[in-house]
Amino acid sequence: MIPASFDYVRPSSLDEALETLHDQGEEAKVLAGGQSLLPLLRLRLAYPGTLVDLGRVEELRGVADRGDHVLIGAMTTHYDVVTSPIVREHCPLVALATATVADPAVRHRGTLGGSLAHADPAGDLPAVARALDMEFVARSAGGERVIPAADFFLDYLETALDPGEILTGIRVPKLGPGWGFHYEKFHRTAQAWAIVGVAAAVRRSNGAIEEARVALTNMGATPVRATGVEESVRGAELGANGALRAAASRADEDTEPPADLHARPDYRRHLARVLTHRALLAAAGTG
Amino acid sequence: MPRISVTVDGIRYDEEVEPRLLLVHLLRDRLGKTGTPIGCDTSNCGACTVLLDGRSVKSCSVLAVQADGGDVVTIEGLATGGTWHPMQKAFHEEHALQCGYCTPGMIMAAIDLLHDDPDPSEEAVREGLEGNLCRCTGYCTIVRAVRRGAREMSQEMPREGMATP
Amino acid sequence: MTEQLDAGVVARQIKEGDLLGGPGGGREVGRARRRKEDARLVTGRTQWTDNIQLPGMLYVAFLRSPMAHARITRVDTSAARTQPGVVAVYSGQDFAAEQGSLPCAWPVSEDIVIPDHPPMAVTEVRYVGEAVACVVATDRYKAADALDAIEIDYEPLDAVTDMTAALDEGSPKVHEAGNKAFTWKFAQGDIDAAFRDAAVVIDRTYVQQRLIPSAMEPRAVVAQTDGDSFTLHSATQIPHVLRVMLALTTGIPEHKLRVIAPDVGGGFGSKLQVTAEEVLCLLITRRLGKPVKWTESRSEGNLTVHHGRDQLQRISVAADADGRIRGVKVDLLADMGAYLMLVTPGVPLLGAFMYSGIYKMDAYDFTCTGVFTTKMPTDAYRGAGRPEATFAIERAVDELAAELGMDPIELRRRNWIRHSEFPYTTICGLTYDSGNYEAATDRALALFGYDKLRAEQADRRERDDPVQLGIGVSTYTEMCGLAPSRVLGSLAYGAGGWEHAGVRVLPTGKVEVVTGTSPHGQGHETAWSQIVADALGVPFEDVAVIHGDTSSSHKGMDTYGSRSLVVGGVAVVQACEKVKENAKQVAAHLLEASPDDIEFSRGEFRVRGTGASRTIQEIALATFAAHNLPDGFEPRLDADATFDPDNFSFPHGTHLCAVEVDTETGATKIRSYVAVDDVGSVVNPLIVEGQVHGGIAQGIAQALFEEAVHDADGNLLTTTMADYLLPSAADLPDYTTDRTETPATTNPLGVKGVGEAGTIASTPAVVNAIVDALRPRGVQDVAMPCTPERVWRVLDQAGTAPRAGAQTTEGGPA
Repeated sequence: MIPASFDYVRPSSLDEALETLHDQGEEAKVLAGGQSLLPLLRLRLAYPGTLVDLGRVEELRGVADRGDHVLIGAMTTHYDVVTSPIVREHCPLVALATATVADPAVRHRGTLGGSLAHADPAGDLPAVARALDMEFVARSAGGERVIPAADFFLDYLETALDPGEILTGIRVPKLGPGWGFHYEKFHRTAQAWAIVGVAAAVRRSNGAIEEARVALTNMGATPVRATGVEESVRGAELGANGALRAAASRADEDTEPPADLHARPDYRRHLARVLTHRALLAAAGTG
Repeated sequence: MPRISVTVDGIRYDEEVEPRLLLVHLLRDRLGKTGTPIGCDTSNCGACTVLLDGRSVKSCSVLAVQADGGDVVTIEGLATGGTWHPMQKAFHEEHALQCGYCTPGMIMAAIDLLHDDPDPSEEAVREGLEGNLCRCTGYCTIVRAVRRGAREMSQEMPREGMATP
Repeated sequence: MTEQLDAGVVARQIKEGDLLGGPGGGREVGRARRRKEDARLVTGRTQWTDNIQLPGMLYVAFLRSPMAHARITRVDTSAARTQPGVVAVYSGQDFAAEQGSLPCAWPVSEDIVIPDHPPMAVTEVRYVGEAVACVVATDRYKAADALDAIEIDYEPLDAVTDMTAALDEGSPKVHEAGNKAFTWKFAQGDIDAAFRDAAVVIDRTYVQQRLIPSAMEPRAVVAQTDGDSFTLHSATQIPHVLRVMLALTTGIPEHKLRVIAPDVGGGFGSKLQVTAEEVLCLLITRRLGKPVKWTESRSEGNLTVHHGRDQLQRISVAADADGRIRGVKVDLLADMGAYLMLVTPGVPLLGAFMYSGIYKMDAYDFTCTGVFTTKMPTDAYRGAGRPEATFAIERAVDELAAELGMDPIELRRRNWIRHSEFPYTTICGLTYDSGNYEAATDRALALFGYDKLRAEQADRRERDDPVQLGIGVSTYTEMCGLAPSRVLGSLAYGAGGWEHAGVRVLPTGKVEVVTGTSPHGQGHETAWSQIVADALGVPFEDVAVIHGDTSSSHKGMDTYGSRSLVVGGVAVVQACEKVKENAKQVAAHLLEASPDDIEFSRGEFRVRGTGASRTIQEIALATFAAHNLPDGFEPRLDADATFDPDNFSFPHGTHLCAVEVDTETGATKIRSYVAVDDVGSVVNPLIVEGQVHGGIAQGIAQALFEEAVHDADGNLLTTTMADYLLPSAADLPDYTTDRTETPATTNPLGVKGVGEAGTIASTPAVVNAIVDALRPRGVQDVAMPCTPERVWRVLDQAGTAPRAGAQTTEGGPA
């Protein structure tokens, strides 16, 4: 229940934060909303030397419409994401999935950037990032770079961010008209982590699916893009019995689902197939 | 040690704190605000829920230093001049508590819930309270209480004055 | 007159409704009074043990064994001692000479092995979480820090995690004497005859998974001494029992030890214990002369608050072709964990007499073997023994119905004790005083819409709908009101089952009730006030209830086993009777009449046939002044009573559950839940409903969500609330509840107890529903908790699980 000691720095600008992070080196850990980090500290599963609290770096908060994409500041809380009219209009899948993260009190503190940088494959947002091909804007003392979602999640709780780097914002491409969305989350209790989750975006045209993007939560050490499903579902007619199901049956291809307390891999594979089918149906229905 | 200034239930406190001090321990151990209890160490139970700058947070998952400059309302700050908040009354009327340990967090979460949904359905209440665990009531009476509190709040007070201090 | 006869009079009076309370004249008993307790609880002015801060207080933190079974080979506390703020560091060796052994009060059999149970391990650890050292420091943060600096070396020994394997010849041993703790047998009737030639025999094995009680308030202890005597605050259900046991364990004389249970945040049996931490905090305060506090974290509590259930039940039922049950045979393995704690071995015995449920039969045979494993000890958890028994018989009866192709309600009707047959002595030797299974069942069926749901079920089966509907029945009874002392004695329990109450009338006519029960959420302050208001004719508001402190409520047996109202409430009634008798003497004297001519009604003592009267408040003041009292009359109205019941009470009811099982994912959703309970007469219907609701939720949680999981090395994997899944509001349904009322005939209030009923009833109702949904697909059982994965696997093994979406059209369940 009680964290070990650490030093604490609370910069008021991004530059100051980067400077601090640079000075502190490997011992430093960025504190965003703290909703994943604080439980780890309390259970003494993490012993950072210094916490660099981004809570007062105002420039990292907020949602902006940037024409072809929406830019969400890394420190924007889940609550602000869910209630943002821009997000709801242009990237509803983000709002849908974010509304399932933890519980209301946690969503008031937890941030989009924090969740993504934590890179827990059981978290709901990494799969959404993969499905929508989000881009991660990272700053370091050396400057800014943009990391595609496909390159961002390296391993369990591991991202492409360098130690001196801060995730400043997330670019969510606008998919344009004709798309439908769904996040299908399967968990044992409302609070529990997803055993499997499916983020789906589907573009319909003339009663068929023209294009789909599907990514999976908790089917491996990183969020997984279900490319086999995407391939198979292209051109599938919506009324035709079996086409979506057949496509969904490829959901667990190339996955390495974990075995843990809540499910064994074969069950996760089965769920991925069933839930992907449901997610496709729902997304097609809402398009 | 960092110095912080926090307003809790209308009183401003200036404290020197270790960075690792949890907001809930600041409240309980330093400020004597023991109305807010602790029920777990993983942010699951919600017993320690308070309002920070008007919105619900789990005070075990906020560092005291993060609350610097903030305004905290706990269960102890809800009643005014001896008159209970409508949500406190509703919990009493509907028998929405037994041992009462989850009650402070449950009431604070309920008040926050009404901020965005002043007349929640049963389902909305159940989902809105998913982060607060009760082991005694089975939740039915809590759901009833929150909906009753919502009705009474919409009758008794103007919207603006309701959820935030 | 004996107390029993007195009580009988009161019962009739209350039933006739002539004990009217309060100026409004309405009866208090039976009213949905809002609780007195709530004022402090909804405003945060509570006194949880962890709230207590005393001058000079030190904080204790425990280092706990990371291994399930190991020899302690080296302990080095020197580095920890030099940490900032550290006052002392102790290991088991430091306490070895004085810590004694944690008590087991229930040596159930002659052959029982009760191993030494040091509060802090000295040479060997036998479960993960066992205390091996502790730090005493100036604040809780520093205490936690110094734990990291204690060095302990262990030589690993083999873990023993499986009960069945533990009984094998070659199994590693938990204790020197072996892994069998005891064998306990009970038999009635000719069981061989019952099974011989039986048309049907159902033989099933059920697993009662290990549960973590998870009261919302973690345990906490504050110990202090003034150099002569000791005070212990603890988040406990049993301040009185604890005081006796701590005195015996620590050698602190009983009269020098005061135990206080302040506000306690739930227990469910988990705080019915004498814990290592309570003993050690007392020893530490004795050494240091300073007040000390220990508060557990949830993850510490999941490891070290005693666990519940964990039994392997083999049940066989023999029946005739028409469904008449001939006999029941039960062979039970009960996991004790590593040690026998306060009532660990007694828990399965509390179920031993309940496997016949509400049914008539010719023979019964029960064997229980207690087994040691290298896990946290088990002990009482809501229902303690009775939920296990009820689960097994109610599951088996549903299986029998399926085997016979009979409706499960109809099968029950053929076997249950009819209303006209009460009082009825069961095959287990218990005399059920009253009950009406027909009435409760009929009411439940009507509320549930049984026939309509059966029709929908048939339709879904017909359509091979991927979402199947199941209906679960549970017609339970239980034994409450623990307990007649003589019965406890015959079962080798170490104490009695009476309860004490004192009623004090203050000079202004206000009343203080002292109770030996120790509420921790049940609402005794409210319910006892209602009882007293009726009995003495004083306003509800004029009654205060004092409890939970051995110096102010000096005598009691505390709160567990649905005993508080049935035993403690009756003691309150009896004490009130004595108060009235005293007051009548004074009234007669003041009114210059014979006591025989005084009648009492609604707080007034009146001379029969005249208008002359005195109120109880007037009499209270006159007694206080004592200027004009009968010769030889002690100037007091106050009275004590101790009630020892001569039978248990037997609440019963019918619970019906409808579930929708998604055969594609294995997910279960409770569609509707109806509970009609008969808990006898009711003092406060609001409190009764709350107890039923909460009980149902905990029973559903066992059926669907909760399980303490260990790995093969004996490590608990469900140490946090993120892993041990408690249901939230979003995970549970609304319940439809109703009551039938068949008053108990064995106590003057007619009450039966309600604390455990919901939990006992609901677990089999839910599992029966799930199995009922899947039975046409060849499913006979799903192990608890019935997680989606388990349901899916059972279907998969039966070869009837649809492939992903196989039976869904594109418009299917999205």
